[in-house]
Amino acid sequence: MARTSGKLRSSSSGLFSDRPEVEDHLSLGCSVSEPPPKLQLRDLLDITPSLTEAAGAIVDDSFTRCFKSNPPEPWNWNAYLFPLWCFGVVVRYLILFPLRATVLAIGWIVFLSSFIPVHFLLKGHGTLRKKIERGLVELMCSFFVASWTGVIKYHGPRPSMRPKQVFVANHTSMIDFIVLEQMTAFALIMQKHPGWVGLVQRIILESVGGIWFNRSEAKDREAVAKKLKDHIEGTGNNSLLIFPEGTCVNNNYTVMFKKGAFELGCTVCPVAIKYNKIFVDAFWNSRKQSFTKHLLQLMTSWAVVCNVWYLEPQTIRPGETPIEFAERVRDAISKRAGLKKVPWDGYLKYSRPSPKQMEEKQQSYAAAMLQTLEVDAK
Amino acid sequence: MGSASSMLTQYDIEEVQEHCDHLFSQQEIVSLYERFCQLDRNAKGFISADEFLSVPEFAMNPLSQRLLKMVDGLNFKDFVAFLSAFSSKASAQQKIELIFKVYDSDCNGKVSFNDIMEVLRDLSGPFMSNDQREQVLVQVLKEAGYTKESYLSIDDFFKVFGSCGLKMEVEVPVD
Repeated sequence: MARTSGKLRSSSSGLFSDRPEVEDHLSLGCSVSEPPPKLQLRDLLDITPSLTEAAGAIVDDSFTRCFKSNPPEPWNWNAYLFPLWCFGVVVRYLILFPLRATVLAIGWIVFLSSFIPVHFLLKGHGTLRKKIERGLVELMCSFFVASWTGVIKYHGPRPSMRPKQVFVANHTSMIDFIVLEQMTAFALIMQKHPGWVGLVQRIILESVGGIWFNRSEAKDREAVAKKLKDHIEGTGNNSLLIFPEGTCVNNNYTVMFKKGAFELGCTVCPVAIKYNKIFVDAFWNSRKQSFTKHLLQLMTSWAVVCNVWYLEPQTIRPGETPIEFAERVRDAISKRAGLKKVPWDGYLKYSRPSPKQMEEKQQSYAAAMLQTLEVDAK
Repeated sequence: MGSASSMLTQYDIEEVQEHCDHLFSQQEIVSLYERFCQLDRNAKGFISADEFLSVPEFAMNPLSQRLLKMVDGLNFKDFVAFLSAFSSKASAQQKIELIFKVYDSDCNGKVSFNDIMEVLRDLSGPFMSNDQREQVLVQVLKEAGYTKESYLSIDDFFKVFGSCGLKMEVEVPVD
């Protein structure tokens, strides 16, 4: 009698692996006509699938790859390139950097000296004040962009401020929002940071509006969802810019989008951002450097080159769940910016995976084993 | 990547290669070193349990705690030696030895009924009762000629796994 061996696959729940799928432990013959063969000691003791998966994860895993900095290749490696590079360093640190720092300082002075008066003097004139403040923030962001010699190319129709829409973009660094804000004053939702960054965030929030959230608070999610809804429904609020990945990724990959932005019942306008690493890697590796250091790195490099694509606004299709909608938009953004998708939750950067994923593996193993018990019972 | 210690000299590479019985090529060792430095965040010279668990794919593995005991705190040389069992050049014997070590958590050179039960527990979690696990194991041991009181030695493992090829290979990505 012919034996067809069907292999029981571990339920990988959309787990992506560059390696071929490791098959589950017990290969039971699953042909229709005959019962599965009995479980043998060798099969029971054979833990190689789990071991191989674990070792594979130790050697290389798609999640860690998302957060690996990829600095540009050094080109200063021979006798005449090296002096050239040294000259470049001198120019960058001693000429460009002071120039840029000055530009930034001027920008801050202009901004604050215009913003503070407008904010207090025009208190009664809501719309006029908002308009001026928006313009000032856009100006300030332009100063920022100039301070790292940003070469930013915008593609696609400029975002228009219409009600009931949110903008979503992939996230590489905090400068993402400066890059986008330069063109349009969005309201933001952000994780509060300590130090001077927090101060800047507060100022921005005052001017363009926005929402705080805290990654570490699980209950926060509902509160945030409510704030999002309130903001969208409020009139006169700037369109919200959301980074659904929830964390900075290295601009070669996208991690799973959080569905929060996609279940608000409004249009979602995707924005794709791709940085060119030719002069500097714009990925803010928050594990490795503070934002100050990151900014200094940007300000002492030749330029920050990037492309921004404003993609076609999307609405949820009938019968589509928010998660599917999020995936669809992520697909569009990844394709446009040339990023690879991985099925991981970005928050795994900060916390362990939930036991559910391990339990899924355990459950399928247990199911296979229990099946052999039933066979024995027959 | 790293700090000052991220340079491997040719001597270092050869020493590591010796230690793992030449089961990895020099390029693979360099790649493994990059990976080691990536996981060892503060360049302490070993990877802590926490850092292993920060790899979600590893943390989700039912055998992760068991393996953690074996890899926690290993320096780079021993890290490579541990992974060498997963090299395509490793013999079936070396792979079986690793599997034996995973079962023999108290390192007394023999695998008892309870040792196997514990691995089964890791693998099946809350989805099987102890009785069910025992039932399956007793049955399977009986068929193979062992009893509940039997202790399996490494030779028993060699006999059980026999000469059939073991699929236990991991590819080290080489740039």
